[in-house]
Amino acid sequence: MGNRSNEPLLWGLFGAGGVVAAFLVPVHLLLTGLAFPLGWLEPRSYDSLLHLVRHPLARLYLFVLCSAPLFHWAHRFRFTLYDGLQIKHLNEVIFVFCYGAAVAGTVLAGYLLWSFP
Amino acid sequence: MRAPPAYTEYHPRWFRRRISTYWWLGQWSYLLFILRELTSVFVAYWVLITLLQISALKAGPQAHAQFQEFLRAPLLVTLNAISLLFVVFHAVTWFNLLPQVLVLRVGGKRLPGAVIAAAHYFGWGVVSAAVAWLLVGA
Repeated sequence: MGNRSNEPLLWGLFGAGGVVAAFLVPVHLLLTGLAFPLGWLEPRSYDSLLHLVRHPLARLYLFVLCSAPLFHWAHRFRFTLYDGLQIKHLNEVIFVFCYGAAVAGTVLAGYLLWSFP
Repeated sequence: MRAPPAYTEYHPRWFRRRISTYWWLGQWSYLLFILRELTSVFVAYWVLITLLQISALKAGPQAHAQFQEFLRAPLLVTLNAISLLFVVFHAVTWFNLLPQVLVLRVGGKRLPGAVIAAAHYFGWGVVSAAVAWLLVGA
């Protein structure tokens, strides 16, 4: 179980991630996950997309887009297992798994975007 | 000489009723609650896809084209369609819940919840249009 004093921070990250997931994830999912693969709309060319992502603001945007929702997931998934399936005896393991995955995803996003060509 | 009295310890926890693991299947509102919590799994799935896409973009034109091909697989398209439903469900429940959390006052009066929710839906539309404008090719 996390330290009690961590809860406000984790709650804040949950909220921030929820906002990012609500405002931004649907449109990205609709375009990249459905509209482009199914040919409804034409995506940017490779060079044009690369040019866009090279911009520091675009990379900062992508970093937030990846990191914040992972902490949102960690919070909700933790309590789904805890309250929904009542897996209370594995509380510590679940905590480490959820927030560990969120931190790992954040580090990966940071690495990929920081070292972007 | 009297023996010291024997007390039975009070264990409130022992008297808790056991709740079924599947309690959330019993009522529609409980099921909606669990489905709302599970939207986070689809959000996390999409972050994973995004990370893979950034990695492919970084690896070069060939890897990027391969990844686009991977996204065209029927399994992925199906998964994305289901994910979109869940992610939109998250957005709608999130925006509808906000007026209860966010207390805004204008001129000493509390702003009605419908106004706060409507502002968020409007913002959602604007942000989505901006992202589409950036991502859709000429």
